[in-house]
Amino acid sequence: MSSIRSYIRVNGMTSLLEVKDLVIKFALRSGEVTATNGVSFTLEKGERLGLVGESGAGKSVTGFSIINLISKPGYIASGEVNFLGENLARVSDERIRSIRGNRISMIFQDPMMTLNPVLTIGTQMTETLHQHKPKMSKDEARNIALDKLRKVHIPSPEKRLDQYPHEFSGGMRQRIIIAIALLTDPELIIADEPTTALDVTIQAEIMDLLMELCETDDMGLILITHDLAVVAQVTQNIAVMYAGSVVEKGPTAQVVADPQHPYTQGLIAALPQSSGHGERLNQIPGMMPTLKNIPPGCSFNPRCPHVMDVCRQQSPGLRPGKNGNLAACHLYPEESVNPSAV
Amino acid sequence: MTDALLSVKNLYKHFDISGGLLDQISFSAGRLHRQRTLVKAINNISFDLHVGETFSVVGESGCGKSTLGRTIMGLYPPNAGEIHYSGNRIDNLDHKRLLPYRKKMQMVFQDPYASLNPRKTIRQALEAPLRYHYPSLNNSEVKDRIDEVMIQVGSDPQWISRMPHEFSGGQRQRISIARALVVDPDFIVADEPISALDVSIQAQILNLMMDLQQQRNLAYLFVAHDLSVVEHLSDRVGVMYLGSMCELSETGILFENPRHPYTQALMSAIPKLEGGPSKHIRLKGEVPTPINLPSGCVFHGRCPHANARCTAENPQLLSLEDGRQVACHGVEEGRF
Repeated sequence: MSSIRSYIRVNGMTSLLEVKDLVIKFALRSGEVTATNGVSFTLEKGERLGLVGESGAGKSVTGFSIINLISKPGYIASGEVNFLGENLARVSDERIRSIRGNRISMIFQDPMMTLNPVLTIGTQMTETLHQHKPKMSKDEARNIALDKLRKVHIPSPEKRLDQYPHEFSGGMRQRIIIAIALLTDPELIIADEPTTALDVTIQAEIMDLLMELCETDDMGLILITHDLAVVAQVTQNIAVMYAGSVVEKGPTAQVVADPQHPYTQGLIAALPQSSGHGERLNQIPGMMPTLKNIPPGCSFNPRCPHVMDVCRQQSPGLRPGKNGNLAACHLYPEESVNPSAV
Repeated sequence: MTDALLSVKNLYKHFDISGGLLDQISFSAGRLHRQRTLVKAINNISFDLHVGETFSVVGESGCGKSTLGRTIMGLYPPNAGEIHYSGNRIDNLDHKRLLPYRKKMQMVFQDPYASLNPRKTIRQALEAPLRYHYPSLNNSEVKDRIDEVMIQVGSDPQWISRMPHEFSGGQRQRISIARALVVDPDFIVADEPISALDVSIQAQILNLMMDLQQQRNLAYLFVAHDLSVVEHLSDRVGVMYLGSMCELSETGILFENPRHPYTQALMSAIPKLEGGPSKHIRLKGEVPTPINLPSGCVFHGRCPHANARCTAENPQLLSLEDGRQVACHGVEEGRF
């Protein structure tokens, strides 16, 4: 997997986040399975990256691994997660606790499940602040909480701070969760399917809010989702995952308009937006392999319309496709990755 | 237009959630009051559905679209209004007289993990409705019909002795569709049949549903929140908001030029693959609860065009010259 290299390099500056050849394994009773197999990507300050894939592709596990939230039987087998140059995959528990929820925050899918139903919003917000800044006074913590609630556009925050989660709608709860993620002014937010449980009109508002926050505060965002259309609206770069590997990455507009990997092509063609009214949709035959029986060679080869002999034997590394997107596919000649191509 | 296969007229469905007698009694101004709490899920919905047509009902969670599907199927008794199926009124029939209609109307549910009994084999799941509705069939006829629908939905007939847990989500949804088809219906209510599935599997199931419609001339009532899917496969679409139908039209006309302010906001929020961030219409406030419905137009509290008439008078569906129906005073008066 040595051909995979980070594809954005900005004149020697340290990237905000650099994930390098990340391999996550789960030691199950029935044997060891590989959840991600050499995932690499880079995120600059203020950049928004979409991590796209279907369920089981390894996108959430990749997101969790950044803040070391992989619990047994899972473990990071090899690879690096460099956050401003520090490898978070190998730091002490104490050190990761001072970063997790402080400099890197996470937003989860279901706003009904993430908030504690028996504590007021105010208690839950100040609790986070006191965890990371034990010396902060109660008044100061409350003021910061109010400030963040205003930032996510919650009306009458003074009143809302003393209410319980059940008094809020789904969209409002997700705003509160974003406010909690913002409390410590993080440099990076990982959002795992933040709007999947919400309606379209509310989804549009939440995505607007996340983009606005990234732009005003120069925050990095990793948006993990299965919804290509949402990613297309919000992010600058995309990494498409399939069966534990990144199969394509590149600038969002370019990946969506001219996908290089057959899986990405199939995924985009399968969307109803891509074909005319009432026409048959392009379907990818079969289904994604489970982690236990990933086929040899390219993991997509049994479903691929362009499959060749080499695909069944050799796993392809990422290489530039026709338009410069990196694609892990034997259709394109393997060569050293040209950093200026992206 | 031909005669409607299904005709829904002024349908109301309210759920009583007031609880026991003591919960209903309150004391104010020196007197005891008894008050019931009603969730007004469906209010005055009317539409027709024709043979071989796909009619979609869209709206956000809590707008009553699933309740509408279930009430039509007879899973909930309606509080008022009429449901006609091929010209016969069916909402007031008793169980025995409803039976012949039951096998003509079938349902596919959202979650294929919850809608198949985990302790029954696929054969048992498919045989039960067939033997119930067609008691005269002998064993080999039953087997033939099950094999036939299994092949039609793209599953291997040899799998029928397996249990549901041995199948993936997409395969289970195929089996749920097979279960609906096995009694040879004319009409299927599909309640979010693909929202629990992955994108590449969604396309497979949608193609299957479109193929089956062509082969069997099925009519679908498709309940969904995914507007791009609805645009793709429906002939006509009804947009619901808070238990009321606010716009009903042919698909192309509706998506090209929505007229109701709520439809406009909903359409503008659909994330598009191309064109970067959308400039969607921001609605003020939140959806009110269906327990205390707003007076007048249910949408007036969030509508950018609302005036005094909207707060007082409930708009009725009004037919426009392009064939669509809109329930909006502003459209009627030509204000926008």
